[in-house]
Amino acid sequence: MALDSKIPSGPIEKKWYNHKFNLKLVNPSNRRKYHIIVVGTGLAGGAAAATLGEMGYNVTAFCYQDSARRAHSIAAQGGINAAKNYRNDGDSVYRLFYDTVKGGDYRAREANVYRLAELSNNIIDQCVAQGVPFAREYGGYLDNRSFGGAQVSRTFYARGQTGQQLLLGAYSSLSRQVAEGTVTVHGRHEMLDVVIIDGKSRGVIVRDMVTGEIKSFAADAVVLATGGYGNVYYLSTNAKGCNTTAIWRAHKKGAFFGNPCFVQIHPTCIPVSGEHQSKLTLMSESLRNDGRVWVPVKKGDTRKPKDIPEAERDYYLERRYPSFGNLVPRDVASRAAKQVCDEGRGVGTSKMAVYLDFADAIKRQGKARIEEKYGNLFDMYQEITDENPYELPMRIYPAIHYTMGGLWVDYNLMTTIPGLFAGGEANFSDHGANRLGASALMQGLADGYFVLPSTVSGYLGSTELKKVTTDAPEFKVAEKEVKDRITKLLSVKGKYSVDHYHKKLGKIMWDYVGMSRNEAGLKSAITEIRALREDFWKNVRVLGEGEELNQSLEKAGRVADFLELGELLASDALNRRESCGGHFREESQTEDNEAKRDDENYSYVSAWEYKGDGVEPELHKEELTFEHCKPSQRSYK
Amino acid sequence: MNFKLKIWRQKNSKDKGRFVDYTIENVADDTSFLEMLDILNEKLIANNEDPVAFDHDCREGICGTCSLHINGRPHGPKPKVTACQLFMRTFRDGEQITIEPWRAKSFPVIRDLITDRGAFERIIQAGGFISASTGSAPDGNAIPIPKADAEWAMDAAACIGCGACVAACKNASAMLFVSAKVAHLGKLPQGKVEAKKRVLNMIAQMDKEGFGSCTNTYACEAECPKGISVANIAYLNREFLKAGLS
Ligand SMILES: Cc1cc2nc3c(=O)[nH]c(=O)nc-3n(C[C@H](O)[C@H](O)[C@H](O)COP(=O)(O)OP(=O)(O)OC[C@H]3O[C@@H](n4cnc5c(N)ncnc54)[C@H](O)[C@@H]3O)c2cc1C
Ligand code: FES
Repeated sequence: MALDSKIPSGPIEKKWYNHKFNLKLVNPSNRRKYHIIVVGTGLAGGAAAATLGEMGYNVTAFCYQDSARRAHSIAAQGGINAAKNYRNDGDSVYRLFYDTVKGGDYRAREANVYRLAELSNNIIDQCVAQGVPFAREYGGYLDNRSFGGAQVSRTFYARGQTGQQLLLGAYSSLSRQVAEGTVTVHGRHEMLDVVIIDGKSRGVIVRDMVTGEIKSFAADAVVLATGGYGNVYYLSTNAKGCNTTAIWRAHKKGAFFGNPCFVQIHPTCIPVSGEHQSKLTLMSESLRNDGRVWVPVKKGDTRKPKDIPEAERDYYLERRYPSFGNLVPRDVASRAAKQVCDEGRGVGTSKMAVYLDFADAIKRQGKARIEEKYGNLFDMYQEITDENPYELPMRIYPAIHYTMGGLWVDYNLMTTIPGLFAGGEANFSDHGANRLGASALMQGLADGYFVLPSTVSGYLGSTELKKVTTDAPEFKVAEKEVKDRITKLLSVKGKYSVDHYHKKLGKIMWDYVGMSRNEAGLKSAITEIRALREDFWKNVRVLGEGEELNQSLEKAGRVADFLELGELLASDALNRRESCGGHFREESQTEDNEAKRDDENYSYVSAWEYKGDGVEPELHKEELTFEHCKPSQRSYK
Repeated sequence: MNFKLKIWRQKNSKDKGRFVDYTIENVADDTSFLEMLDILNEKLIANNEDPVAFDHDCREGICGTCSLHINGRPHGPKPKVTACQLFMRTFRDGEQITIEPWRAKSFPVIRDLITDRGAFERIIQAGGFISASTGSAPDGNAIPIPKADAEWAMDAAACIGCGACVAACKNASAMLFVSAKVAHLGKLPQGKVEAKKRVLNMIAQMDKEGFGSCTNTYACEAECPKGISVANIAYLNREFLKAGLS
């Protein structure tokens, strides 16, 4: 199968405009006859479901939490980008486009990114109209701040709770559609498979997480907006329930997986404290606007931070990257932190941490101003670590945060399965090999409010769809597969809990497929993951029944999928023998240990096709061309 | 640290439920409350006993999923934090800790410590929104909003919908939850257009769901992990009166 990205022709500024005109429309009075399933109610899914409902389609949405309002988008802190240029500091759609392509280390599609930058402004307008309480200046106008990696102030924010406020905005629109009767939301329902009929995606199989009932839902189109797969590493800044199940099942049914190895490791998280740790907490990147990152110059320096004089501190980001300093992009900051810790200059009891120091900022701006900007983050830090960041520097370390990879989609956000779309973090589009801060919220909402409603309509308007009900044999087969798998998980009755396996998988992933990767390590990872997966199916212990609320069973299904995805992730990393963005191959670095991209051989998107259990997946390549942003070695010096 | 735990176990919504005693040992003081429950569950699984079901997701105090009544208080003894942000160092070594689900007629227990908070969904559906369909919005800066109003709106909008206010109230009233949404939207010019309808519909739905009435004890504010102020309730009462009058 050849990949067709369906990028419209014409000048980049006109592509989306022309494409929208060319998309077929569905007559308003016919729309309610179409049934669209949206899996996921985060920014991407919530916004898509609400908007499709407003347009008059008949929509059914699912989420695994009890309420659509609890999707993990809620946890985003820092902000959302838009090219409004309200600061008059030289920003523009073109500059946001350029920064995003460059920030993604030239591994994203120009046309998609341009559209994203264009839509960014509409998003802010839409959110303000919904009542999102963005930060404002005294004149009553919207405030902005600059955010990691950007040299303009284009980030809109709502204190340290931007994701929460944007999600509550989408949720309120969704709730309005529920009241209007256009959308039905099923909370505590987990999607376990997609159903393909005549080569098109025509529905899903879900498990009611309260009763355990396996249910079928038929539809004319299915949208997956199920978030990222960072939890394949066990410890991450994701919520405990974040999973790959929906997109992995779709992958196994024929949807190609794009760039699985592009994972973002966020530089500013609270370090791991012990074995019992169940998740990692992000400290917003906005802190790097005022905090200075340092470690002692000397190895193994155990003095308290305040006892280390200026001359014996290494502000390594400012030293290595004088023009960007503490604001270098995430991948660069994370790797630099790992390097200084590997040199033995890490701080704290674990020695796997660096300082993020606010002393200078407090001296310059006053404690009140710092409190106004970051109060809730400082409180959160103190709550978790029992240390006061107004007096002591914070200790931070990189953690798994975001997955740029995801289902491969074309310009319409359609996967390689006709009628199956993917939006938000679940798809691979837009961020290339590294995502810039405040761009995921932008992408989720661009996909949800603007792109998917147009392209899903275009698909429905131009596709012959025969009538399908859940009585179709394809549904029965898929239901049976799902039930058999649950029975299998419950019948192993082995020795070890699901968490036991998840932690082991996480360790393999972090050690070999983490911030720094090499051929030998990746090969070991693949061997170890295979062995672990085999052991899982022989020795996992899942208690209880299928027909009841059973959290161990939920976790078991997710970890079983992570055990498969983990291998693909490592294989993808092994294939890509270059360093780019968040993917650092030790074999490909410059003399001063900076990442070295290889455009000659790797200027493509890896799209993996599933070929069966135990069979090597097939790699398809979507070559990337750059007409506007000429690839250069990224330099933040 | 060691603890004696007294945990509510209930197989499903029909089961009557009961307390079961457990002990847990050698817990590091920087373990979070939910991690302590994880450790307990690992122990139970190792003994072939059903793990304790409890709701949680973000584990960073923002999604509003976790909902534990700990030693008689929603989210436990520490003010302004959710259960997932509570650490074991808050407790005394050897202390007995009682863990229950939210107790309110409108939040029926589904299993162990998990309740059904669907009533909150239906209250929002009754009017907790501004009717602004995608595509209809003017420029974000078209309407300046006084900073003080935006700040009030943000304070109210910080509600995470966990239901601690209901669990804290002797009447199981949902006034703090409802008023936070009414104030968040009502304080903004965009939300004023539908203000009257919103407050009437949301209150009507709240009553229909069987939440009790507010008798101004302010237990809700004291237990709210996000510090949502009862000033919102006063605001709601004024809006409600205005809406009824005109
Ligand atoms: C701590 C943190 C801070 C962040 N800060 C920022 C920031 O400041 N700026 C920024 O731009 N980005 C930020 N990000 C990234 C950004 O928040 C996410 O990428 C984005 O919100 C993802 O949105 P989404 O709609 O794709 O997925 P999510 O919000 O994760 O939603 C996924 C949805 O899918 C559902 N789901 C998942 N699996 C299934 C299944 N199998 N069956 C049924 N339903 C399912 C879930 O219930 C949920 O409703 C942050 C991320 C984290 C973790
Ligand atoms: S788990 Fe999200 S608030 Fe506690």
